[in-house]
Amino acid sequence: MAQKKANIIGKKQEVINELKSFGSSIYKQLDQGTFPTVTMPSRSTENINYDPVTRQFILGEKSVGRSTRNIRHIKPFTQLAWVAMFSNQLTSQRKTSTLRDVYYSAQAFEMTFQNQQESNNIITDLETLTGYAREDFSIFPEERSAIFGDLEIGYTVPGYEGKTVNLTSHPDGVLIGPAVTSSEFIKTSADKVIAIEKGALFTRFIEESVHSKHKSLLISCGGQAPRQTRSFIRRLHDELNLPVYILTDGDPWGMHIAQVIISGSANAAHLRDLNTPDAVWSGVWATDIVDYKLPTDALDEVDIKRLTELQKDPRYQNDPIWQREIKIFQKIKRKTELEAFSRYGLTYIVDEYLPTKLEQKPKENNRKTGKKTA
Amino acid sequence: MSQASFEEMSAADFFYRNRDIAGLSNPSRSIFVAIREAVENSLDAAESQKIPPDVYVRLSFESEATKDTQVYKLRVEDNGSGIPPRFIPSAFGQVLYGSKYKLKQARGTFGLGGKMAVLYGQITTHQPVLVTSSTGQEKIYSFKLMIDIQRNKPIILDRKVLINKANWHGTIIEFTLEGDYLRAMPKIIEYFKQTAMVNPYANLTFVDPKGRLYKFKRATTKMPDPPKETMPHPYGVDVELLQRLMQITECTTMSGFLRQHFHRVGDITAQKFLEFAKLPANKSPKKLTHEEIVRFMQNLKNYKDFLPPDANCLSPLGEELLKAGVMKELQPEYLVVHQRKPSTYEGHPFIIEMAMAYGGGIPKRDNFIIYRFANKIPLLYDEASDVAYRVISSMNWKRYKVHADMPIAIVVHICSTKVPYKTVGKEFISDRPEIRREEANAIREVARQIQHFLARKEHVHNEKKRVSIFSKYLPKIAEFSTMLAGETKKPDVEKLIKSVQKYGSEES
Repeated sequence: MAQKKANIIGKKQEVINELKSFGSSIYKQLDQGTFPTVTMPSRSTENINYDPVTRQFILGEKSVGRSTRNIRHIKPFTQLAWVAMFSNQLTSQRKTSTLRDVYYSAQAFEMTFQNQQESNNIITDLETLTGYAREDFSIFPEERSAIFGDLEIGYTVPGYEGKTVNLTSHPDGVLIGPAVTSSEFIKTSADKVIAIEKGALFTRFIEESVHSKHKSLLISCGGQAPRQTRSFIRRLHDELNLPVYILTDGDPWGMHIAQVIISGSANAAHLRDLNTPDAVWSGVWATDIVDYKLPTDALDEVDIKRLTELQKDPRYQNDPIWQREIKIFQKIKRKTELEAFSRYGLTYIVDEYLPTKLEQKPKENNRKTGKKTA
Repeated sequence: MSQASFEEMSAADFFYRNRDIAGLSNPSRSIFVAIREAVENSLDAAESQKIPPDVYVRLSFESEATKDTQVYKLRVEDNGSGIPPRFIPSAFGQVLYGSKYKLKQARGTFGLGGKMAVLYGQITTHQPVLVTSSTGQEKIYSFKLMIDIQRNKPIILDRKVLINKANWHGTIIEFTLEGDYLRAMPKIIEYFKQTAMVNPYANLTFVDPKGRLYKFKRATTKMPDPPKETMPHPYGVDVELLQRLMQITECTTMSGFLRQHFHRVGDITAQKFLEFAKLPANKSPKKLTHEEIVRFMQNLKNYKDFLPPDANCLSPLGEELLKAGVMKELQPEYLVVHQRKPSTYEGHPFIIEMAMAYGGGIPKRDNFIIYRFANKIPLLYDEASDVAYRVISSMNWKRYKVHADMPIAIVVHICSTKVPYKTVGKEFISDRPEIRREEANAIREVARQIQHFLARKEHVHNEKKRVSIFSKYLPKIAEFSTMLAGETKKPDVEKLIKSVQKYGSEES
């Protein structure tokens, strides 16, 4: 465990070094009387490729240059320099900030961003340039995901160093924020992670003691899982060797929430370790709709269009289960929600459905994770 | 007035009954026309002697007349040539008496306006006109006059002679008239402003009935050369004029008559023309029958080989003075002026002068502001009927990157021995192909220059913006990178900023 701690502190230092070297590069160019330039991988659509080896999207060979000589580049370049400087201050002082904060803080430097989107884009540039996620620079989005289960963590955030907490200590679950994501894992009795799309079912699982009955860490994704939550799931999988199961609504959108946790998103193609390729989508499958005779709604036009898109998506090619389920959705033209199991009673999903699913999957799961866990 | 005697109507009587045609149609228009005519006479009187004009106009309230009108006293003083005493009674007391029958460019054309104003004053208030004038000699003459309308004769009520110690020259007229100043005011003020624009060498002062003082000071003492008198051009005569010339001529042969009374006709031209017209060269002009006169005139028009009229009878403002005048009254950011070469229509020479002004004191409107002048007189009514308006509206302005909502004023000045007004009210120029062509060419010329100016302006603007972006961001990059790199001394970016300033020297 001490080794892990060194990792976290060490990574902070790496990030700071990376930012500093970017600053030094600009400084040197200016000092030599030249217009500073910077080069980074291109994030244009044609440069985003799916990599079957890492099982995620990655950026190709193309790169883009930004030159302060160019009138159209100089403003974003300045913003990039500012975000780097600001992130460096945050990280060095071990403070955190939100995307919204960044947007407003810029105004103090007469570096007004036109809107939140513009400042977010610049932060993405900095990620691309350095290869680190914004959370590594201490910039976080608004939080809405939570974790519950028997995991003891040790804080590394200022003022809490050395303090530990068990993630069962709060019955509503613990917010997955900077303090949790930067913590070290001390010990756990859990042997799996269950990520749940919806907060309501997450609460039901806590009430029904799924964490102890099934020895699991429960995570509420709050819809599409935030990047730091995806990154945290990856850590749980890699550092604690825990298999990851994902439960979503039985529709194309839920299916894709699971997929992003597994294979990542195109938007984050410039980053690594945000996805967990070995995680599995446990349901609700289209097959389950049929098998369990679940109450359903009709798929609407948007749903059907989405299915067609997903069918062609490279991430849906590597496991036959995706294509199979898409076809069944297309055939039955129905969708359902996790709550639909309540027609068989409130505890049915915990007592009947979940155990079946957990049993069903580990075989496939072990096959996939086998080579990675050591 | 209901007398049914029609034996003869005097010119004064005719105009009295038809005063609308001189613009004296309603109380507000009348007061404007009276001031305008008096001011123009004064300007002509000074200009003819190349004296920079000083014209002082005072309109004062006398009494209420009707519900909507008042009686005003109008006093106009100038420093012009003055009028020899023997001509004073006729000059102000007899309609159609004047010095403007010879051909040269002058503001009025009939010698009518000033007297019409006096006549209008008399019929609305029954008061005499007071005229004081001196040509700069030792005496000043002062007359109190009325017009005998039926006989068209001046009645001298009083006559005074004063000693002219200061060698003053000029004319002062004072008379009362009925009118509506409040409604006329905007046009009158506009009239003075625009008059000042094309007479930049004149001092104009106006004191209105409320005692408000409007002063338009001269910007220069330079004046255009006064126009030279000239004979009528053969293309420009009509039967009436021919007959009158034949009555007064002392020539005994047609050849002599042509040489004597027509512009640019010499021995050879006269000879060739008479052959063309099949008239014996030695025939006496007084012996031509009416039919022969008509044929003679038609031949004058049909003969192709008369030399074009000479423009030295014109007195255009010139580019320099036009520039000075527009600058003074409009204070634009940028101004271009252009004078066309002399041209002719129907035997009358004319010159078009054009100015186009951008920005500065010129307000933004939905359309260009057009100032029209004829022989240095502002034309304030019926803009949309004027040929200039049509020329301006039919221009393809997009080609010149000019838009109607830009702050642009266009000044059009036509000067001619005979301005082709469409109506007797002298408010707009009729659409003649020669004039349309000259105006179109003039406006294209100034529009081209405005286009260059706008392009340059935009370029400089963009350039400034470009440099300002570098000046804004490079120091910031220096600041942020210094902090980020943990350095202490900021790198100097001045050289880099300088290197992007293409127009550094112009702008600093």
